[in-house]
Amino acid sequence: MEDKTIKMRGKISAGVAEIKVLMRHPMETGTRRDEAGKVIPAHYIEQVICRHNDTVVLTADWGTSVSKDPYFAFKVNNTKAGDVVKVSWTDNQGEFSEGEIVLK
Amino acid sequence: MQTYTSGLSRRGFVKGMMSIIALSAMPFKLLARSATAFKATTTKDVYKELFGDLPMVGSSDIELKIPDIAENGAVVPVTVSTSIPNAEAIYVIIDQNPNPLSASFHLTPLIPAEISIRVKMGKSSMVQALVKTADKVYTTGQEVKVTIGGCGG
Repeated sequence: MEDKTIKMRGKISAGVAEIKVLMRHPMETGTRRDEAGKVIPAHYIEQVICRHNDTVVLTADWGTSVSKDPYFAFKVNNTKAGDVVKVSWTDNQGEFSEGEIVLK
Repeated sequence: MQTYTSGLSRRGFVKGMMSIIALSAMPFKLLARSATAFKATTTKDVYKELFGDLPMVGSSDIELKIPDIAENGAVVPVTVSTSIPNAEAIYVIIDQNPNPLSASFHLTPLIPAEISIRVKMGKSSMVQALVKTADKVYTTGQEVKVTIGGCGG
């Protein structure tokens, strides 16, 4: 079974939250070959959407050169304890995953 | 744990639709993904796709944090931040990669203009951080030496 967990950590400092995100994803480039010499199809996250209490604050488009199991960090203004930050991704094969964190 | 081996599950589909609906209701204008720019094989073509005729200027108001020497090209940490007002987007471009455009981040006024990510580098290359505003593109760059390439194959 494929693990698509999104792990998140958040820390508020003077109202600005620093969000660290770790995603499970192979981020295959489509140029690698397996042991039999067969090309491994491209499989990578294309878009990431970040929300603060359901308002989109950042979107990202990625190519195949983002590292496997992507680590990604960003900051959010005007945050307080209890606020929710959500991150979701969609990949080039139509898969989707979402994670969230309640800020303390 | 859900699996998606045969396309989207119903739940995945509903979630996906919800994110599309949420996107269409966004208060800020965000740029659509430029598939052509990600497929471009030269930095020049990436510029053309992303910026058209916008003027490009070097800037010391972009901070690009990246190691001078990357022992493992598969995982190279990059942090980009900028004090340029009204920054709309941040781009990371690795000149010598097969597809130089690595990642783009579409900002809103709700966040500080600062992002971190880890990228793959096939070999030593100039790495560029670009910041786009409505009428100009600001650039900075750093040469990164890669000891072991990270693109496999």
